[in-house]
This record gives sequence, structure tokens and C-alpha cells, in this order.
Amino acid sequence: MMNAGQVDFNYLEGKAGILRKHIIKMIGEAGSGHPGGSLSAADILTVLYFQVMNVDPRSPKDPDRDRFVLSKGHGAPALYAALAEKGYFPVEELWNLRKINSPLQGHPDMRKVPGVEMSTGSLGQGLSAANGMALAARVMGKNYRVYVVLGDGETQEGQIWEAAMTSAHYGLDNVTAFLDFNQLQIDGPCAEVKSPLPFFEKWQAFGWEVMEIDGHNVKEIWEACQKAMTIKGKPVMVICRTIKGRGVSFMENEVDWHGKAPDREQLEKAMAELERGVHRHESKNSHP
Amino acid sequence: MSQKIATRDAYGEILVELGKKNPRIVALDADLSKSTKTANFKKAFPQRFFNMGVAEADMMGTAAGLAAAGLIPFASTFAVFATGRVYDQLRNSIAYPNLNVKIVATHAGITVGEDGGSHQSIEDIAIMRVMPNMTVIVPADGPETKKAVEAAVEMDGPVYIRLGRSGVPVIFSEEEPFTPGRGKILREGSDISIIAVGIMVSKALEAAQTLSQKGIEARVINMSSIKPLDQDMIVQAARETGGIVTAEEHSIIGGLGGAVSEVTAERYPVPVKRVGVQDTFGESGSPELLLEKYGLTPENIVKAVEEILQKR
Ligand SMILES: Cc1ncc(C[n+]2csc(CCOP(=O)(O)OP(=O)(O)O)c2C)c(N)n1
Ligand SMILES: [Mg+2]
Repeated sequence: MMNAGQVDFNYLEGKAGILRKHIIKMIGEAGSGHPGGSLSAADILTVLYFQVMNVDPRSPKDPDRDRFVLSKGHGAPALYAALAEKGYFPVEELWNLRKINSPLQGHPDMRKVPGVEMSTGSLGQGLSAANGMALAARVMGKNYRVYVVLGDGETQEGQIWEAAMTSAHYGLDNVTAFLDFNQLQIDGPCAEVKSPLPFFEKWQAFGWEVMEIDGHNVKEIWEACQKAMTIKGKPVMVICRTIKGRGVSFMENEVDWHGKAPDREQLEKAMAELERGVHRHESKNSHP
Repeated sequence: MSQKIATRDAYGEILVELGKKNPRIVALDADLSKSTKTANFKKAFPQRFFNMGVAEADMMGTAAGLAAAGLIPFASTFAVFATGRVYDQLRNSIAYPNLNVKIVATHAGITVGEDGGSHQSIEDIAIMRVMPNMTVIVPADGPETKKAVEAAVEMDGPVYIRLGRSGVPVIFSEEEPFTPGRGKILREGSDISIIAVGIMVSKALEAAQTLSQKGIEARVINMSSIKPLDQDMIVQAARETGGIVTAEEHSIIGGLGGAVSEVTAERYPVPVKRVGVQDTFGESGSPELLLEKYGLTPENIVKAVEEILQKR
């Protein structure tokens, strides 16, 4: 285990900025995609891929590697950006997102992209798959860990709660889940569409160790991962307070930017803002 | 043909046998392990068995994760819950990524009996057959069930095996090989072909005997591998016998009858009659009386054959 002094948080913040620029450019080039939820999860993915997870792009099938499942598969651009930056495939490939014959499908496809551990896109299924991988580690006597990112709207799916019971029942302390708590889904705020709240108490009641952090603070994300490794006998849920569209002023907290691409002008404005690292909003302190 | 074995019992036995040889085999169930017979596996290998509770969607998703990590999961529950209930999980978490999950469903068809229509799956073959990457097998008896499960372990990719609750007559010896994608001619004949799956195979053989007494020689084919399908054997039957009767404990829509009709329509059109459940749900009753009421009998197969021959 590392102490915070050994971690270069400035580097991680810079990496997250690069991921965000890739995300916007990628979706702009594709002409479609989901910027809001990709941007909100960018810091979580950055810390996992560039500080926490034991993965090596030179041996993407190493049986001992840590696993990552993007249960909210529409956040694929964030995952692709992380994988490209990590070295799984050339960054240039990102500009083929969603195009014919490209491995970069609209939603992650484990058979087409090295480093993608599970095909997702139909919401609600990733935690079950993560549990399966975690149980497999137990059967095979391996020490790898499994990380999974869920959307807050996604938790309206019943299967998430079936899976939540499974992780707890089998005491899967090798599972760490992150909830991208950006409070928005497609039709509006989650609390208005059909409230999945309260999250903290729900996951606790389901037998999970629950933490709550600022999902854009790389240090807090890293600390949560470190703490999760010390929890024995139960799975860990890290509720991440995030802002949908984080990093692009006109996308932040705007439900309309869930699933549309910026036009040329918007693209340039967004890229310029990301270059300057402008953050209009701070994470809210509302109770999860 | 006097001995009867339920295909689910054969499954329970073979899974333990294979589990001894192959440490990568694990099993999951959704609170029906005593009925599906995965309880045998649980007893033999408690560390490799996972009860997922009454949560079929989660069971399929967990199986996908186990397969993604390199194990060979067998997921079992009743056919209604193993297919329609979890269609999207099968589609998106298993078939789309072509993961090595074996779905072995028991209690298929109306011979579930007394539990009634809610529990009698008559559409699962259609549901599973339409899914890319999915192999679909409907064994005819206990020995073939064992061979099919063995074959499923050898294959890399998702496999659906459809089993029943009640005992069915033993047709095959324990040594009889099973090859996915191959039909099997059980009786030669050139007047008509009867292509059957599952419990209807033994009834097709009975029907052929009755027909023989009337001077009609029927070819009987066991088409347990619904997908991949032995298209050439179907075309050959069409060419050499001029007509086909299909027989299955499933809706006449989308199952064996549907598959055979697709092949003949495209490659060698001949009259086809489909014996099966006539686009209706089942109901409570003893398996025997249900088979009678829903027309899944040797007599009904004979009738279908005669209808085709009358039109010649
Ligand atoms: C099973 C399923 N239903 C519907 C959709 C369409 N869909 C895509 S994203 C989304 C909203 C997700 O909201 P949330 O989980 O909060 O994601 P985020 O805000 O992080 O983008 C929906 C309904 C889907 N992908 N899968
Ligand atoms: Mg959301």
C-alpha cells in the first residue's frame, strides 16, 4: 500500500484533463455519443487506470490483472480515452468512434477492443458481471480486484439490487463499485424521474461498506480506493458526488447534454475551455 | 424402450462427472437446484456452486462474469425463467460478447404438468434460436442429454440445452455419439419424413410403427441440434420422401417446425405439417392428459402424415 506522498496528484489531474479533451473531440468527430456521463466519470477512470489498477496494456489477458466494468456503458468515450492513453491502442483510433468497421462501438464491446473487460450498454447488468469475475477469482485462488462504475439513474434497474445482494452475500471484498452520482438521467433529474434515493442508506442496508466522496477530486478517489482494499468480508460502494458534463461550462448540469454531440463551434469552445481547465461549478454537497 | 429417465436427472449426474474431470466447471442456480438437479453438483463441489436466489437476471449476468474470467459456468432454472424472463441478459451479457456460458433449462414444455401454463415454456426454442452465437440443443433422452452436456463443455461459446421434468423412454445407448449440427436418422423410409425433438422423438418412432402397419414407410429423424441445424439432412429428406411432419413439445411457431419450414421453403419446397402446441398457452393437468389434449401424440403424427399423403 502507498502513502499519499508517493502519488502525483497533479499528474492525475492533468491526465483527467487529457481524457476530457479526448472525450469531447471523439464525440465531436463521431457526430453522436454521450458527453455528459463520460465527463462526469472521467476522474474516477483516470485514478483507476493511472494509479490504482494492476493492468498492463502489453498483456491485456493476464489472468491476474485487475478488472474494470463500465456498467453505464454509454460512458464508453471515457473508457476508450483511458485505454488509449494507457497504451492499449493508438490515440488516433479514438477519432473512429461509432464509425463503420471501427472497433470502438457506441457501447463497449469486449470482443473488439483490447482492455474492455465486459460488453455493456444495456443498463443494469455490469455489477452482476463484476460479481462473476470476483467469484471466479475466489474459485481460481487469484488476488485480482474488480472495479465497476454505475450510473445513478442506472440503479433504477432491479438487477442492480439483485447483484448488490449477491456481492454482499458472498462477501466479495474484491469488488469496489463507484456510483457516478451526477443526479441526472435522460428525462430529467433522477429525483424527479423516479427517485433512487437515498443511496447511502440503501447500499448500507444491502450489506455494503459505503463511502461518500467528491468524484472530481483525484485525491479523494485515490484514498477511497486505498481504504476499500482494507475492508474485509464485504463489498465497497464509493458514492461519488459528480457533475454531469464536468469541465465544459455549457454542458455542466445540463440534462440535454446527456446524449448529443457538440457542433463545430461548440466543439471549439469546449476544447478551449478544457485547455484552460475552467470549472464553473463545484460539486454539490447534497446528501446522497 | 421400456426404461424411462428424466433428462434433468441425466443432467444432474453428468455435471458431477464432468466436474470431477474439469475444475473450470462451476454451477449456478436460482433457488431451484433440487428440481434442476444442480443440487448434485452443489453436494460434490460446494465451493464451485453459487445459489443466486430468486434472481435469474443476476444469475445470467454473474455467469457472464465467471465466463469472462475463464471458467465454464452452467446456469440452471426452469425454461420459462431461463429464457423469456432474462432475454436481455442472455442477449447483451452472454450472446453478444459470445461468452462461454451454458444455460441448461429444465421443466420445458407442457409436461411440467400440474404447475400450469405460467410454468410451461412453449416458446423458449424460438427465443433462443433467434439469438446470434447461441447453440440450441433439445436432447431426446437421458443418454443424449449426457452427450450434449459433454459436447457443450467442449464448445467455446453460449449453449442452451432444453430438458424436461418427466421421465422419457430411453432411445440411445450410453455410447451413442452426439455431434452438434448433425441430425440422426433413427429409421429409414421413403414415403414421408418425421423430424422430431425431445420427448416427441419416441412418439415419432411409435407413429412410424403404426404407419408401417398401414404400408407407409416413414423416415424418422432426431434433430436435437436445433442450432446449428442440419440443413442438408432436411433437404435430403424433402427430396427423397417428398413431405415432412415435424413434432415438438413447443409452439408450432418459431421452433423446430419453424426452422424446418424455413429450410424447405428456401432450398426444397415440399408439404410440411407441424405437430406441436398450436399457438396457445398450456394449463394444469397430468403430463399424460395434457399431451393428449394438446395433440402431442403418435396418433396425431400419423394423422399429419396421412393428410400430406392424401394430397399427393
Ligand atoms: C436497459 C436500458 N434502458 C435504457 C437505456 C437508455 N439509456 C441510456 S443512458 C440512460 C440514462 C442513464 O442515466 P445514468 O445512469 O444516471 O447515467 P449518467 O447520468 O451517468 O449518464 C438511459 C435510460 C439503456 N442504455 N439501457
Ligand atoms: Mg446520472
